[in-house]
Amino acid sequence: MALLQVENLVKKFPVRGGILNRIQGYVHAVSGVSFEIPEGQTLGVVGESGCGKSTLGKTVIRLYEPTDGRIVLKGKDITALGPAEMMPFRRKMQIIFQDPYSSLNPRLTINGHIKEAVRFHNIVPPGSATDDYIDEVLQKVGLRPEAKNKYPHEFSGGQRQRIGIARALCVKPDFVVADEPVSALDVSIQAQVLNLLSDLKEQFGLTMMFISHDLKVVEHFCDRILVMYLGHVVEELEADDLDQQAQHPYTKALLGANPIDDPDDRRPLVVLQGDVPSPYNPPKGCPFVTRCPVATERCRQEMPRLETKSAGHRVACFEVE
Amino acid sequence: MTNAPDAKPVLQVRHLTTSFRTDDGIVTAVDDVSFDVFAGETLGVVGESGCGKTVTSKSIMRLLPEHLTIYGEQSEVIFEGKNIIRANEREMRKIRGDKIAMIFQEPMTSLNPVFTVGWQLDEALKYHTNLSRKQRREKAIEMLRLVEIPNPERRIHEYPHQLSGGMRQRVMIAMALCCEPDILIADEPTTALDVTIQAQILDLMNGLKEKLHTAIMLITHDLGVVAQVCDRVMVMYAGRAIEFGSVREIFHEPQHPYTNALLESIPKRGSRRSRSRRLPTIPGIVPSLRNLPKGCRFNDRCPACQQRCIDEEPELINHSLDRPVRCHFPLNQKTQTESAH
Ligand SMILES: Nc1ncnc2c1ncn2[C@@H]1O[C@H](COP(=O)(O)OP(=O)(O)OP(=O)(O)O)[C@@H](O)[C@H]1O
Ligand SMILES: Nc1ncnc2c1ncn2[C@@H]1O[C@H](COP(=O)(O)OP(=O)(O)OP(=O)(O)O)[C@@H](O)[C@H]1O
Ligand code: SF4
Ligand SMILES: [Mg+2]
Ligand SMILES: [Mg+2]
Repeated sequence: MALLQVENLVKKFPVRGGILNRIQGYVHAVSGVSFEIPEGQTLGVVGESGCGKSTLGKTVIRLYEPTDGRIVLKGKDITALGPAEMMPFRRKMQIIFQDPYSSLNPRLTINGHIKEAVRFHNIVPPGSATDDYIDEVLQKVGLRPEAKNKYPHEFSGGQRQRIGIARALCVKPDFVVADEPVSALDVSIQAQVLNLLSDLKEQFGLTMMFISHDLKVVEHFCDRILVMYLGHVVEELEADDLDQQAQHPYTKALLGANPIDDPDDRRPLVVLQGDVPSPYNPPKGCPFVTRCPVATERCRQEMPRLETKSAGHRVACFEVE
Repeated sequence: MTNAPDAKPVLQVRHLTTSFRTDDGIVTAVDDVSFDVFAGETLGVVGESGCGKTVTSKSIMRLLPEHLTIYGEQSEVIFEGKNIIRANEREMRKIRGDKIAMIFQEPMTSLNPVFTVGWQLDEALKYHTNLSRKQRREKAIEMLRLVEIPNPERRIHEYPHQLSGGMRQRVMIAMALCCEPDILIADEPTTALDVTIQAQILDLMNGLKEKLHTAIMLITHDLGVVAQVCDRVMVMYAGRAIEFGSVREIFHEPQHPYTNALLESIPKRGSRRSRSRRLPTIPGIVPSLRNLPKGCRFNDRCPACQQRCIDEEPELINHSLDRPVRCHFPLNQKTQTESAH
């Protein structure tokens, strides 16, 4: 059984305005997303800025209230649990935030950050030493014990990301959402953090959702990949198949726009015209229709459904056989 | 240096040393950096955050706070036969925008939010050309069309906040190019953008190089971008230029251990089951400018480090033909006879 099952998840944000501050419409950030993550696997989520990746991650662990749909963790439907019932599940699901700096409290030492989480979830049994446990966690993410008494601003970007990882992992979660954990880092530091995450994943048997806009990183790190566009999943496939088997015109466009690190393999890069439409006013029909190079009249009228093309490969496009 | 399309450089930077006065003393962000930029080529400048890429380009444009910045005595930036590092603000204003233009990482910092796009283009044209009002309007529309902004007649009446990030960056490029500069310095022009928009911008810059023969200095930390659009590359580390080469040489035969490690640490596209492999990493972090290691600045992270690297800093020299590298023990060296083939 999958550790996490998500069915038809929807998240809309109301947009208010006018003199009475009434709801004038909705931002359709996540529109009917379904997937499963088997225990110990990593699901990658890719797509352009604003396509709903962070919103999906936060809604899945119920930092945002879902507008519709179902979230099932270890066989238990947690979609509508109240705060008290939700408590044990809060510990089990953690997030590593996109921006490590703004998610840390500048006035709290590293020790403070981790102690807070550990105490809140009663991770260390009464009587045993919390401090020893914190040292152990810091050591696992490659920080020295001296780091404990320092404040977030005293660390480099890569070190702050390690602190974010330590804070998420110190409560022994089953499922972790890693939201662009390496995007703000230099390549050499990015490689260090990715290696650290794979070691920890193995050590703790973690199941993960790994959000990134960098195809190289997702392909390297994940087992399966969800490609999102304007709140919808347009393709889902094995990471190993991304390069050769991708079929959705948007996935192909992303692949084609990604500059290859080989000066002997130069290609014309331009593949898509225009910008992503606003999720406040999504187009009728296929979400990709305004930029799609192979769109037909049918795509303008009707929304293609995510259909299984081969085992483990789903695509939402009328033009894909 | 190697593979330059034209023999004569449009810009020569010699021994550029840029230091800042700070509360706790003077820090040197760029230390004795020399390079040429040729017409019709794109020179890539790469290196980790804080290595001095932006300070180098802002030194050329003289956009650093004058009262806090000290340029070394030997420093020269030679443009049209003149060392502009000592030029006064009036002379610089003639050069900026007109002859050398710069686009920045964050377009909002250089677009004025309270004026329309058309007004801003008009100001730039007024300052640098003798065109009539009507001609300027036509030129503004033509420039927006060149950077592929749809409906330019309508867009000139819009304010920067009404445009998407990619469109703003394209307006920036239109402004930078409206006076047909000899040199375009682009500092991470696509870092904040999505790959599909990045592809549009890079394509545009390639077109300029070919059509207008503009010399481009492209600063980026994305090695994929370098591989796709640059002709030559300068690699920087902790304020130093540490390696130069053609884009092929840099990617296929990196000589500096830092360049080599940087290339190895990026995940490779399309490599099946690459995730079972750990990525090669560079241990540690970039040293602080206030506390540089003695000897080679890369020695505490370098896999090839030996005693000599700790005792003395290597000079930037050619170990093999025309490939300046700052390392005592460079990799992938070719002898003179080999590279003659
Ligand atoms: N709290 C919120 N209130 C209103 N709208 C929101 C909120 N959070 C996100 N949105 C909107 O929902 C859409 C999806 O945003 P989200 O942050 O999930 O995108 P993303 O894919 O993570 O983008 P990025 O790559 O830039 O992080 C965007 O249009 C965004 O403006
Ligand atoms: N006005 C200043 N006063 C003091 N130090 C400065 C000043 N401006 C820049 N520096 C320092 O100079 C060094 C080089 O900075 P620079 O902005 O050139 O780096 P960069 O290579 O462009 O990095 P990034 O990739 O992050 O943009 C940094 O250590 C920076 O802190
Ligand atoms: S000089 Fe020595 S320490 Fe520096 S890069 Fe070369 S081998 Fe490494
Ligand atoms: Mg996000
Ligand atoms: Mg910079």
